[in-house]
Parts: sequence; C-alpha cells; structure tokens
Amino acid sequence: MIKAILTVTLALALVAAGPRARQPPASQQPPPPTPQQPSEIEVPISGEAGAPPRLAVPDFIALTTDAETAAIARTIGQVLWDDLNFEREFAFIPRDTYASIPRATSFADVAFDRWRELNADGLIVGTVQKVGTTVKVEMRLFNVRTRQSAFARQYDGSAANPRLYAHTMSDEIHKSQRALNGVARSKLTFDSDRDGERMAGTVQNRSIKEIYICDYDGENQRRVTVGRTLNIAPRWSPDGRSIAYTSYRRGGANIFISNIFQGTLDEVTKGEKVGENWLPAWSPDGTRVAFSSTRDGNPEIYVANRDGSNLRRITNHPGIDITPTWSPSGTQIAFTSDRSGTPQIYVVGIDGLGLAKKTAESYCDRPTWSPAPYNEIAFASRSGPGFDIKVLDLATGASRALTFGEGTNESPAFSPNGRHLVFTSTRSGKAQVFTMARDGKDVRQITRTGNNEKPDWSR
Amino acid sequence: MRSVRPALILIPVLLVLTAAACGKKKPPVARPAPPPPSVATTTAPSRPPAPPEPVAEPTIVPPEPVRDDAISAASLDDLNKNSPLKPAYFDLDSSDLTASAQRALDENAALLKRYASWSITVEGHCDERGTAEYNLALGERRAIAARAYLVSLGIPADRLRTVSYGKEFPFDPGHDEGAFAKNRRAHFVITAK
Repeated sequence: MIKAILTVTLALALVAAGPRARQPPASQQPPPPTPQQPSEIEVPISGEAGAPPRLAVPDFIALTTDAETAAIARTIGQVLWDDLNFEREFAFIPRDTYASIPRATSFADVAFDRWRELNADGLIVGTVQKVGTTVKVEMRLFNVRTRQSAFARQYDGSAANPRLYAHTMSDEIHKSQRALNGVARSKLTFDSDRDGERMAGTVQNRSIKEIYICDYDGENQRRVTVGRTLNIAPRWSPDGRSIAYTSYRRGGANIFISNIFQGTLDEVTKGEKVGENWLPAWSPDGTRVAFSSTRDGNPEIYVANRDGSNLRRITNHPGIDITPTWSPSGTQIAFTSDRSGTPQIYVVGIDGLGLAKKTAESYCDRPTWSPAPYNEIAFASRSGPGFDIKVLDLATGASRALTFGEGTNESPAFSPNGRHLVFTSTRSGKAQVFTMARDGKDVRQITRTGNNEKPDWSR
Repeated sequence: MRSVRPALILIPVLLVLTAAACGKKKPPVARPAPPPPSVATTTAPSRPPAPPEPVAEPTIVPPEPVRDDAISAASLDDLNKNSPLKPAYFDLDSSDLTASAQRALDENAALLKRYASWSITVEGHCDERGTAEYNLALGERRAIAARAYLVSLGIPADRLRTVSYGKEFPFDPGHDEGAFAKNRRAHFVITAK
C-alpha cells in the first residue's frame, strides 16, 4: 500500500510539473490523491472455462453536473478501457453496444441483467464528483453474475490529469485480478529533433536533439533537457526520477544524468582525458551506471557509481565494445562488440569474466535485457537494407523476429513487465517511436513530429 | 656623415631613373627633323630641336596591402562553410582509409603544414545503414583513422581533436547510395587559426 501511495505521488508529481527542464521540487507539488479503500474482499473475476474474463467499461458517472466533471468522467472511462486493453488480460464487450443499456446514475442502479445479456463477466462502474478544487473518483469492479463488488478503489486529488486516475486503477486492477504488474503509469523517454533548433557554433545545418518523456501511451510529451547540443539515448533510472544520457555539451560525448524533478544535472564522466563516453545503462538497483568509453584509447565497457566514482573496466579488446545493458540480477552485462569482425551481442560477468558470444548474424546492436520472468535480450539485427527487432531466448539460444522489414527498426527496450517493447522505426517516414507487444503485435505509434529515436521505458 | 650616405645613394638612383625616363619616352621631338623636301624651304632656317622633357620623379604608388591569400583572410565560419579541407570518405561499415581518402588527406596535410596555426576537429560521421549506437563508435574509428594518417604525415597530434557524431548529423538527408556515400566521412572543422 505504501508503495502504491508513493507511486501515485510520483506519477502525480510528473503530471503536475510544468513543461521544460526546471521543475519545482516534488515537495511543492499538489497533494497526491489519497486512496481510501473500502474493506471489501477482493475476488478475481473469471471468464468462461479457460477464456479471459469479459469486461465492460462504460464511461464513469458524473455526480456533479458541471462540464469539467463530465469531461473527466468520460476521459477516465476511455483511458481505463485503453489501459486494460493494452495488457490483453481481459476480453472487452465493445463500447458501441453499451448504448442499449440504461446508464447507471450511481452504484445502486446498475442494470446487471442487461450487462449479463451482453455476456459480460465483469463490469467497471465509476463515479466522479467535484469537491471544491479537487475530485473524488470511485471505482468498483462488479462480478456481473453475483452482482458483488470484486474490487473497489476510491481516490481524491487534483483534477489536472484525469488520465492518471485511470492509469492507477488499471495497474491496481491488473495487480488484484491478474497478479500482473501493469505499465499504465510507466513512462517513455527518447531523443528528438522536433523543435528544429540549430546546434550552436557550427556552420553546418545541424539540428540539435534533446531528451523528451511521455506517458506509456504517448500522451503528455514533454522536453526535459535544454542542452542546445546533441543529447541522445536517454535511460530511465530504476526509481523513475532521473534520466542518464549521452550529451555533447562539453564538446565530446559524455555521460550526464538529469534529475528531472529537482532540475539538477550530474556529470558522470568529467575531467581531462576521459575520451568519448557513450550510452549509459543503469544497474537494476540504480546505484551504478555502465557505459562505453575511449578513455584508455579504445571503446570499452566500464562501470562506475552514478557520481562517476569507483570506475572499473569490464572489457579489454581492441575491437569496439559499446551499448551495455544489465541483466535483471545485476551480475552480468550484455553489449555489442565487433571483435569477431562484425557487430554481435556478447554477455560478460560484471567482474569481466565469463565472456560469451550470443549472436552470429550479419550485424546486431543495442541489446536490451528483458526484466524477469523473461530471460531474453532484444536487439536490432540487419535484415537486408535495414534492421529488424529480434529477441534472443538466452535459455535456448534461439532468436525470433518481431518486425519484418517495415522500414528500418532499431533500439528496442522492454516495458517494466517485459510484455511490451518500445523501439524506433522509419515505417511511417521519419524515425518515430513505436511500442509493440512482445509477440510483435499491437504496434502503436507514439511520436509524430520530427525524428524521435533511441527510446527507453521506465521501470 | 649620416646625411651624406642617403644622398650618395640617391644620386645614382636618380641618374638611373632619369636615364630610364629618357630612354622610355623617346620623344620624337628630340630627334633631328628630317631635311626639308622642297626648294622653297631651303633658305628657311631649320627649326631648333625641341628641348628634352624635364626630368620628373615618378609618382610613388602605395603598394597593395599584403593579402597572402583568400584562405587566411577568411573568417572561421566562412572557411568552414567552403572548407579548403577535404572530407575523407569511407566504405560501408568500414573505417579503413581508401586510396581516394588518402589522397584527400594528403592534400589536407599540405594545407595544414602551410597554415601551421590551425587547430582542427576531425569529425567522424556514418550513414543510416548502421545502427545509431554502434555508429557512435564507428564514427570515432573513422575520425581516429583520419587523424592518425595526418599525424603520420607530420601534422602535430595536438592540433587534431576527434569527435564522433555517429549518424546523428547526416550531410545529405537522402536515403540512397549517393547520400549514404556523402555521409560516411571524416569531416574537418577548423576551430582556431
């Protein structure tokens, strides 16, 4: 419960923070919604034998008559439907059939018979009430057969971002009903040249790139760096409060960390003779950063504390070693090396021992280790003129393709529950960020303006 | 004594100048007139020869201001816009210097020897047929290869900084081999002169 409250606080802080880099500290954010949960027994709703439960999610009921409350009620119902649909744990009664059923005006007059006729196993009923400047949102998931509430939640908080109530409900429903960690409150980050700003001090016509974040579904896109230079390849810290990335603001490439809720900037690689430093990756506990550096004359993988101290070199080979990713346990690192002649994926222990080559394709890059329970590494693999996303099963050594030449597809990263990937694709023209399910289905375009690349998904 | 020497030097100089001036002009009036053709004029006294032109000092034209050449006169921005330093182009997935890349670097080395005060950033660039991440390192390889070659030709290493931009700054935004070939390069930017 404490974790849930913390997560709600964090998510609200994200929502309430103003655009651009400098956000006020979290303590200045409006108070988070306080869940006050009715003490009902939470029982998972089941579907027909073996089939997923069939849910109906009508718009929430506006208990106050103003237009804002009506809009919030509509938004929550629709976003909740999208959020629940994203994990494909439930089947859904199509929304266009709901019109035939009398709309409930409270939890007391739900037409269960009619919902049962539509074959619904579960029905989500919610209410929204404006209380001063805040809103009170109640949600109940009913078992349509027994007419009992199987799961109920109540939230009070700001009316600024109704989507966040839906995201929170969705994650809690998935947790309670399906024992699944949903991703509705997770966030994406990527680099983009969408603002068309020019790099300072160059005569070439060069667009800078800055770091952006957005909700998992592409909403609330916002820029979080002001470097006026090349800021690329962002990676969320495990606590979702910082982003590590490669920045050229000192001339060469270096590792920076933006603490996006404090508006502060940390330099992991600074000082003389540190060479080029690229592509940071957070350790699972968030205390360390792995990256590639030429400080000893050749691109090698290093690990350092997040303040740059305790630097240790992991690889030692005259080939290129770059773009590290941590195993979920934090004991191994996968990376790209061209030591065999072409770029391929390798795995090595954090102590530098136990090096193993994992791919033998024409050209592989940007490995990303999946979270548990999946023991997989996603990567970009050259397939003809461009690249496709592939996933390597570390247990069997077999890899499967998730994209099939729809433009070129690069830079995959997993969602925190391992069930989705975010990646870059040129299938719609310029490079854009897309998400897809781990079977390659349900491809969704997240960005549309400028070039948007090298995404990552928050934990 | 001090004033004598310039005077002594001046005299021959003036003499030479005078001679040059006379020789150059060769005024026809100084020549004796041809004998009168007709009888009628035999008794008439012949015209006296015209006096020689007065000796005049040549006017001194101030010299052209010293402009050794357009390159050293140009600003850094203008120089880099139409850089006298040629890019070295690379093959796909490769950081090996081709023969034509070496020729470009030979010319660049000659220029860098002539303008010995220039500091250079060698940028490594890649085309979009490689991945964004690996290209950061491949671009560095290309920059290093170009720099090492210039150093081998005698350019001091401390004048040559390297940076890789991977495929982040394509020179040609196209998606064909013509564009790709332009984007696989070591590019030279003059940062100080």
